[in-house]
Amino acid sequence: MSSYIVDAIRMGIIETLEMTVFASILAYVGGLPLGILLYATAKDRILSNKPVNLVLGLLVNICRSLPFLILLVLLIPFTRFVTGSSIGTTASIVPLTVGAIPIVARMVESSLSEVSPGIIEAANSMGASPFYIILHFILPEAMPSLLLGGAINVATVLGYSAMAGVIGGGGLGAIALQYGYYRYQKDVLWTTVTILVLLVMVIQEGGNVIVKKVRK
Amino acid sequence: MAEVFRLDKVSKTYQNDGKEFEALRDVSLSIEEGQIYGIIGMSGAGKSTLVRTLNRLEDVTGGSVSFLGQDLSKLNAKQIRKIRQQIAMIFQSFNLLGQRTVLSNVEQPLRIAKMPRAKRREKALEMLKIVGLSEKQNEYPARLSGGQRQRVAIARALAADPKVLLCDEATSALDPKMTGEILDLLKQINQERKLTIVIITHEMSVVEKICDRVAIIDNGELAEEGEVKEIFENPSSEAARKLVFPSNPFDPSGEDKRLIRLVFDGLSASRPFIAQLVEQTGKKVNILSANTKSVGGIGYGQMVLELPDDKEDQEQIISFFKNGGLNVQEVKKA
Repeated sequence: MSSYIVDAIRMGIIETLEMTVFASILAYVGGLPLGILLYATAKDRILSNKPVNLVLGLLVNICRSLPFLILLVLLIPFTRFVTGSSIGTTASIVPLTVGAIPIVARMVESSLSEVSPGIIEAANSMGASPFYIILHFILPEAMPSLLLGGAINVATVLGYSAMAGVIGGGGLGAIALQYGYYRYQKDVLWTTVTILVLLVMVIQEGGNVIVKKVRK
Repeated sequence: MAEVFRLDKVSKTYQNDGKEFEALRDVSLSIEEGQIYGIIGMSGAGKSTLVRTLNRLEDVTGGSVSFLGQDLSKLNAKQIRKIRQQIAMIFQSFNLLGQRTVLSNVEQPLRIAKMPRAKRREKALEMLKIVGLSEKQNEYPARLSGGQRQRVAIARALAADPKVLLCDEATSALDPKMTGEILDLLKQINQERKLTIVIITHEMSVVEKICDRVAIIDNGELAEEGEVKEIFENPSSEAARKLVFPSNPFDPSGEDKRLIRLVFDGLSASRPFIAQLVEQTGKKVNILSANTKSVGGIGYGQMVLELPDDKEDQEQIISFFKNGGLNVQEVKKA
């Protein structure tokens, strides 16, 4: 492999991590509250609200059913509006975030649903407000499950970030595509793929270790 | 004595897939300050629903529930939360936060009441001391036994100085020894802190052990209500009889035989009256069942006897027991 490709791969790792980290954080900023709302407004839950739950659920389902590649293209005008450009690492973060929010929301919702109704009843019997119950009862109880979901989500975002290479995003995906696919450099293709696999494994295992520490 | 709860013709109907289910029907009762009040019934009788109307975890569909003179249904969400801080509750499944330490669990109601950090720690430690778990303060609930978890739940319930403690099948998940310990603890708390306790259970032994009064719920209705002693001695409803002698296959062995039940208190329990009967009258009876237990702290016993065929003999035996000051009841054929 020529040295400029090695440099490109090195750069690609940094860009991939950059996209993954920022997109994941932003996806949780949007997805966590959305997931909590989906959970709390469902039937027989503490803030049960049928219309709100229906609308949010529909929105999430629509976004989730769009293939990510299509979403990337659909979002180009929005990306350009937000970041001033539609190519590059920073620009990729926008569609990655938008694509990950509904996934995060569903994951959060399912983690919260695992909290025993008895805990919520106990909280209610103590005179806690719905907001307090979410913050001090439901979220702490669901924390191990939320973290496990987090690891899965970050790995998903990492996978998506590789796809962003198709429309001019940076990172390992773009390198694999440009050198490995368009220039038939199989060694580059396999190297980048191996690195991506390793990154996903590190994220997943890291998540598992943290959860093991956190779960009492 | 002040009245803590007054239930007036409380009804609760659930709507489920268009079908109606009547969980409670016209239940009226009154619970006074300082009492340990038992609510007993078979599973599905509606007792868990009933206890949840006391802190409005369940809304009633008819009648009213008042707590210290306040009609709960007239309060808004914020007011009811304030009231709930005075009505603590413990559960069959303990419902502790698994991700929080014992101490942090006990602090929870104090946090809700916005007590400052240092004060709430001090209070929580005091509560753990009362339930005898001071040394477990930094453990997580998963590492405690069932009985210990229920103690933590009791400490948590008492932390905010509630006026009432509701116990929803609080001992049903525990073995008999732990049940005994938890009940002793509840009794002690009731006496030391003058705390009113409402106990939901399906076990007569729990009621016999610590309750002052009892309400028997059968099929969503109040079958019988009164002092535990009275109901034990003289159960008038079918549901009460079933609970007082749970397995009752007492069928007379012959057409003309009669079954009677003797109930005796601490005093007469120590008298050898069967021996006296045989000695003084020469009549023989067949003992079908006998036991003694502690009811509200007094030793109580009951015995089911089968009397001989002869009508005159039967009358003679019954009057012998009655003259001896024993409570004699006919056991009706099943």
